[in-house]
Amino acid sequence: MQGWDRNQMAQKAALDIPDGAYVNLGIGIPEMVAGFVPEGREVIYHTENGLLGMGPTPANGKEDPELINAGKKHITAISGACFFHHADSFTMIRGRHIDICVLGAMQVSEEGDLANWSTGKPGTIPAVGGAMDLVSGVKTIYVITQHITKKGEPKIIKECTFPLTGRKIVERIYTNLAIIDVTKNGLFVKEFAPGVSYEYLQQNTDAKLHLYDD
Amino acid sequence: MINKVVKSAAESVTDIFDGATIMIGGFGEAGSPIELIHALIDHGAKNLTVVSNNTGSGHVGLAALIENKQVKKMTCSFPRTVNSTVFPELYHNGEIELELVPQGTLAERIRAGGAGIPAFFTPASVNTPLAEGKELRDFNGQTYVMEYGIRADYSLVKCKAADRYGNLIYNKTARNFGPIMCTAAEVSIVQTKSMVKLGELDPENIVTPGIFVKRVIEVNNPAEESKLVSEDRRYPW
Repeated sequence: MQGWDRNQMAQKAALDIPDGAYVNLGIGIPEMVAGFVPEGREVIYHTENGLLGMGPTPANGKEDPELINAGKKHITAISGACFFHHADSFTMIRGRHIDICVLGAMQVSEEGDLANWSTGKPGTIPAVGGAMDLVSGVKTIYVITQHITKKGEPKIIKECTFPLTGRKIVERIYTNLAIIDVTKNGLFVKEFAPGVSYEYLQQNTDAKLHLYDD
Repeated sequence: MINKVVKSAAESVTDIFDGATIMIGGFGEAGSPIELIHALIDHGAKNLTVVSNNTGSGHVGLAALIENKQVKKMTCSFPRTVNSTVFPELYHNGEIELELVPQGTLAERIRAGGAGIPAFFTPASVNTPLAEGKELRDFNGQTYVMEYGIRADYSLVKCKAADRYGNLIYNKTARNFGPIMCTAAEVSIVQTKSMVKLGELDPENIVTPGIFVKRVIEVNNPAEESKLVSEDRRYPW
């Protein structure tokens, strides 16, 4: 089994971000998307703790504890960036001003429900951050995730068993095995990773996968 | 004459009473008013309800306030952070309450509180456990959940520069919750890296108008939380 590595998954998502987009990237593989946006496209990155125009990681020794992203990592601000307070930041999110949000997932359902904040297990401390606001306000929600869990369980399933982040909000899923569109008529495979067959993909997915050719 | 400048952090928090609701600015360490929080630890007010995005890290600042058993309840969006052990322990032992709020809802509840809006409807958290038991209403075919504005007795905020009227500007992403928290408290207490003369702040660029601020304290060299945590410092020192 080959499939895509994390960089290639991020690269695939980056190809779908158009010139001029305002984009919010979640923690983990989604963060890597910024490194792969094709030359010639100008994309503005929003971080919900108050910056439009997030730039790359600073050089060693140039870190500023008061310039961080939503994952609390050190960042830089591009020329033309602006700072704002939290209510304005979520006005951008909830008010449908941000074009695309790329998030990680624990589970995605065939209707586009997303679970990515809590396993709901008793004793765990719930933490939600801005995920629920993002999925309810950003125009287009993309998910990047490994296709199955470390234990080998499918993450793309008929109905999420974990508590939801939002209902019917995911448009497209980028995994290490495929790119899958969430449509009104179900899940459609947009692209297979190298070496991945339909049968293999379906075996590792707990929801019906359709082909656009059908 | 209007002069909101207070000489010390200690003096600025002396009237904070047991059972008060306190908003504390900051997103992680950025904007966390660590000297004001330490003054509150020295002051000792208990049974506090604290509204802040996180629960602090290590054993300084907000984490130290929690560790000192002064906080009855936390209202926040993300109580887990790297190096955050104090809150999880107390929470598991049932010694502290948690009200978990989506980050944008938290920001809007504070904004609404400060703006005299008692409640509002938001799409965030609909169809999730965080909307359970709350009033839902449909507008234009979409379902929204009702959330209440929050007001506080005090807010503790950090900024970059202030004048004696309480006009403030902030530093980069340390701005975060500061401006809205200043609007939502009866008494907002601000620590500033520098105090400037009236007129030195460009009126076009003032972020928090002085009307929202009651007390300002100059703290020239504020501690860096991450540095203290990496040195395993604990407050009280």
